[in-house]
Amino acid sequence: MNSKKQNKIAIGALYGIAGLVVLILLALLGYILASGLPQLSWHFLTAPAKAFLKGGGVGVQLFNSFYLLILAMAISFPIALGAAIYLYEYARDNWVTTTIRTAIEILSSLPSVVVGLFGFLFFVVKLRLGFSILSGAFALTFFNLPLLTRSIEDSLRTIDLEQREGGLALGLSRWETITRVILPATVPSILTGVILSAGRVFGEAAALIYTAGQSAPALNFADWNPFNISSPLNPMRPAETLAVHIWKINSEGIMPDAKAISSGSSAVLIIAILLFNFAARYVGKRLYKRLTSA
Amino acid sequence: MSEEILTTQDLHLYYGEKEALKGINLNFDAKGITALIGPSGCGKSTYLRTLNRMNDLIPNVTITGTIKFKGENLYAPNADTVEIRKEIGMVFQQPNPFPFSIYDNVIYGLRIAGEKDKEKLDAVVEKSLRQAAVWDEVKDHLHESALALSGGQQQRVCIARVLAVSPEIILLDEPTSALDPVSSSQIEATLLNLRHDYTIIIVTHNLQQASRIADRTAFFMNGELVEVDQTKNIFMNPAKKQTEDYISGRFG
Repeated sequence: MNSKKQNKIAIGALYGIAGLVVLILLALLGYILASGLPQLSWHFLTAPAKAFLKGGGVGVQLFNSFYLLILAMAISFPIALGAAIYLYEYARDNWVTTTIRTAIEILSSLPSVVVGLFGFLFFVVKLRLGFSILSGAFALTFFNLPLLTRSIEDSLRTIDLEQREGGLALGLSRWETITRVILPATVPSILTGVILSAGRVFGEAAALIYTAGQSAPALNFADWNPFNISSPLNPMRPAETLAVHIWKINSEGIMPDAKAISSGSSAVLIIAILLFNFAARYVGKRLYKRLTSA
Repeated sequence: MSEEILTTQDLHLYYGEKEALKGINLNFDAKGITALIGPSGCGKSTYLRTLNRMNDLIPNVTITGTIKFKGENLYAPNADTVEIRKEIGMVFQQPNPFPFSIYDNVIYGLRIAGEKDKEKLDAVVEKSLRQAAVWDEVKDHLHESALALSGGQQQRVCIARVLAVSPEIILLDEPTSALDPVSSSQIEATLLNLRHDYTIIIVTHNLQQASRIADRTAFFMNGELVEVDQTKNIFMNPAKKQTEDYISGRFG
């Protein structure tokens, strides 16, 4: 067999594998969308769930998912940003940073159900936060922090050393160089990382089952005082998210249209994550253009 | 004789165990261009980077000896690197404009220093870009990205960016080695314009460039300063054999 032929076979095999992956993905997406899209309606997206009867929606779950996502991001983003800046810009390579990096690696490969159980023991039980949005947000922070730190560190790594030297050579301090030169240049890629991790957090179920809980008490969307128990903004209320809802319906749902609701919810979840991904690209590009040429 | 603005005494620099600079004694008068030449790895860029403490960024570097800028020791424990670098600016081998507009690039140092007066900033932008001999080419797109410029234009914007902070000394680390000949000669012309107002120290691989623009030339080899003299003496009548060998292309 000559090398030309080998080359052809190798390329063919690679095309085949790539095609298979795409096919599986498309089949999955297609199945979920095909079975879920017909269930979608304004009513489905806004109405509260019903436990025993037909015709419930996922309005509360959808809201919970977004609220939890925003809270989790608000907690984890500043920490991840600080950690990444420290690790990449300030820390020298020694055993401390190696330990931190290894810890981050391990934390990022922790099964999310373990994160959930830890969150249950620590936040729900020990800190007495109960099944609440706050417990869920903390658990998601643990889940999200390593990934986000890694992704921000990678973003910082894409900026040439010359840019840092350029800043310093102008008489900017290290901090000014980082905040005024490096960060603006990395905003698009950091943002992309944030939105992609938002997609993962949005679809997370296992870490939330034991922390944010599996019940979605009806909310009064006219009450925006976060201290009222029926207010959507109350962070101390239990909050079932969309992903948890899907899991719950499929494992113990007793409403007559459980299958339809599960399909519909899955479609909503997938569409939301797809939108995140497209938004990440679009906003990243726009932002880069804006920041790089005023 | 003009006063000495920058003096180096018995400067040693070690990368870990390796001694990269072996006791450099070299002084610079205010104003004019000094070229640092020598074969690759001779320590000329390393030396240049000690002059505004750029080597601080590299781990495991040890420096002994003294460098004084206007009598102040740059490596004194209480020396402020930020202030030092405002006085001693640097232009690098690769043009490194920030990914912002040309205008923002030039005023970046000033803006961060707190200058808000729009008229003053506008004036500084124009003056700096004129000094860097790039004003006519960019004046109509000051608010477009500096990354869209050619390499030579980018490098001159980088020079303008340093000028805008009004340093006393400008260090240039092979500023034309990544540029085409036309851009290189534009940079050279720019530097010749600036030599009356600034102390310019330039590392170059290009001997013709040194002979064209430098008032003084220093020849480095193996971490040592072999010889420093008026450029025409270095090129026409060097005192040391090593210099003569290098200049005449026998090695390096």
